[in-house]
Amino acid sequence: MALAFNEEQRSLKDTARDFAQSQSPIEAFRSLRDSKPADGFSADVWNAMIELGWSGMIYPESCGGFDFGCMGLAGCFEEFGRSLVASPLLSSVVLAGSTVLFAGSEEQKTTLLPQVVSGEKRLALAVDEGFHHDPSGIACAAIAEGSTFILNGSKTRVIDGTGADLFVVAARTAGQPGEQQGISLFLLDASTPGVRIYPVSLVDSRSYVHLVLENACIPASRLLGELHNGFAALDKALDRGRACLAAEMFGGMQEIFERTVQYLKERKQFGVLIGTFQALQHRAAHMYTEIEMCKSILMLALDALEKDAANAPQLISAAKAKISDTYELVSNEATQMHGGIGVTDELDIGLFLKRARVSAALLGSARFHYNRFATLEGY
Amino acid sequence: MDYKAFRQEIRAWLEANCPVSMRTPAKQEEQVWGGRHIKFPSADAKLWFERCVDKGYCVPDWPVEYGGAGFDAEQTRIFKSEMRKLGCRPPQVNLGIWMAGPAILEFGTEEQKREHLPKIARGEIRWCQGYSEPGAGSDLAGLQTRAVEDGDDFIINGSKIWTSYADESDWIYCLVRTNPDAPKRDGITFLLFDMASPGVEAKPIELITGERHFCQTFFDNVRVPKKNALGKINEGWTVAKRVLEFERNMMSDLGNETGSNVEPREAAAHYLGKDSAGRISDPVLRDAIARHDVQKLAFDVTQQRMIDEFTNGAGNMNTALIFKYCGTEEEKRKYELLLKIMGEQGLGWRDHSHFSEVELNTTLEWMGAKTHTIAGGTSEIQLNIIAKRALGLPGVLS
Repeated sequence: MALAFNEEQRSLKDTARDFAQSQSPIEAFRSLRDSKPADGFSADVWNAMIELGWSGMIYPESCGGFDFGCMGLAGCFEEFGRSLVASPLLSSVVLAGSTVLFAGSEEQKTTLLPQVVSGEKRLALAVDEGFHHDPSGIACAAIAEGSTFILNGSKTRVIDGTGADLFVVAARTAGQPGEQQGISLFLLDASTPGVRIYPVSLVDSRSYVHLVLENACIPASRLLGELHNGFAALDKALDRGRACLAAEMFGGMQEIFERTVQYLKERKQFGVLIGTFQALQHRAAHMYTEIEMCKSILMLALDALEKDAANAPQLISAAKAKISDTYELVSNEATQMHGGIGVTDELDIGLFLKRARVSAALLGSARFHYNRFATLEGY
Repeated sequence: MDYKAFRQEIRAWLEANCPVSMRTPAKQEEQVWGGRHIKFPSADAKLWFERCVDKGYCVPDWPVEYGGAGFDAEQTRIFKSEMRKLGCRPPQVNLGIWMAGPAILEFGTEEQKREHLPKIARGEIRWCQGYSEPGAGSDLAGLQTRAVEDGDDFIINGSKIWTSYADESDWIYCLVRTNPDAPKRDGITFLLFDMASPGVEAKPIELITGERHFCQTFFDNVRVPKKNALGKINEGWTVAKRVLEFERNMMSDLGNETGSNVEPREAAAHYLGKDSAGRISDPVLRDAIARHDVQKLAFDVTQQRMIDEFTNGAGNMNTALIFKYCGTEEEKRKYELLLKIMGEQGLGWRDHSHFSEVELNTTLEWMGAKTHTIAGGTSEIQLNIIAKRALGLPGVLS
């Protein structure tokens, strides 16, 4: 086991921290929120991230990447989480790109992925359809018709769907919603007739869309991988995304925890620093222990992911579940311990509070992942 | 050092020397406590003990001249992991091995080391700990047991409480106040003395589990030579704090080392049953079990994570501050969960006709776990320590 970042991964993480602090600090996210660009992120920041190589880290050289691994990238996500960096790194590169990597043909991979890495093409992954993450619950239908597939159905909360060039769509070609068998993956051009895109506003001010597909016609050549057997590749790609999102959340929780501890050392009431109150000391100390536990389970999951271990899926679920719960605790406590100022828009804590809840729900809530963990562990 | 060959050697020795009956977890009454009145529950236990004593394996990391095997840190780790793999029982349990010995090794004079360490290694002397007092629990440094100088001796008067097995122990390491006028931490001395000294009396206290190994210990004009101080006179608090660290490290492992070893997920299959899809049939408890498993998984790898971080040059000692609190609180939650899973079958009391041994033990462990978040520094004291040292918060009580 390697439960700590190695030197190379650490130096990359340091670069990510410097970049986030100088190029995309929280003030940048705040102004993004207020100026509401259509895509939900700054093109300049994204281009700089591509320039620095983050879009190619998890891809083999044949696909335009440099095979650095998910663990190293997750360390960067942790730093991006500290300043709420908004970018399509998770949506296009980690989620949709990995689906292509795990399901696509050699030709699909070597054509499309270099374009994803270079930023020439932006992808978005369309999976969920209901109010909760449920990748086997897919009902959206794809019916073969000659050399095409006709798609009908809808997709909810597609991350960074606005401005995406292509959607990787999970659709049902056989079986019933709830079954893993019968799910197929397609590359859908955003400009395809019958594709309607509705932007959705969530509290975290990032970009999401609902997709409605009405007789959207896809050439059979745009099927990714085997017909009916797309679930395994999809779940594997989702796991990469869950791990990176968990790392982002872990960064966010540390940031607001540190800010809160700092506040306890500055704010005075009753003539003394509020950090001298044992009621607050113990709650802060308890949070410290929970954050340490999050770090352990996250590193365990990343190590398993990096080694493609058989139990990586349940460990990633363990990490996403534990971190979602702990981020809820820490963001609530951070808000409470800041008192009245904690619920003002002026303070950054609220931005993290909102992101905490959205990121906990995305790609599976704590409930989803504890359930998945138990199922994979055989109980 | 060829550690691979070393591992082979240890494995072969254990295979050849650890009796098969010593390769299952020891129940409480099967543990071998050293001491003047050492008792063995079986001939195999005696044989296993003697073989280990010969090799210094009761204290593998102590120097050979003090009765150990002289292993370095990596050898010790390998030794323990091979012991675990084969399921070997500890040949001897003794507060001397866990606490008094390591403290003497670190703070003792050469004379003290030669006098005490070999006797611990050979299981000849059993130690107990005189720390808490009726009026000094969490505020340990407020202790009042007095030691007054009289020539080359101290005369001790006062009382200690929660002294585990004081009534069966031979020697005590004991915190006494030697200077009542100094600030509370600067007037404490760490004294070692024989429990057979005139004026020492130990009275067992019955706990909620029905066990009687905690005692209140009384000292009535007990005479102890001054040279029995470990460390300098009035500087015993330094030694005391270090011993508390040994104790907390040991206690953070309790969830793994002792207990009925019933895993909630396995208990659930038995007491709650599974549905047609193989899931534990009670979804609420299934969720609680998954939460427990994830927390335990995180806890179990935290030590390894720390080691890996230090290896990679980015370690932080503060992580170690969480072990006692997290380990014992998690153990407590585990037994609450087990009781919920077992229902009324988890609430039997000494009724061997309706409850299995494992069930009765689990119920006792549930009660016993309550002591672990209190002994060795309460959870609240642990949180104080974290608030002060890891977070640097002002005005922490200590």
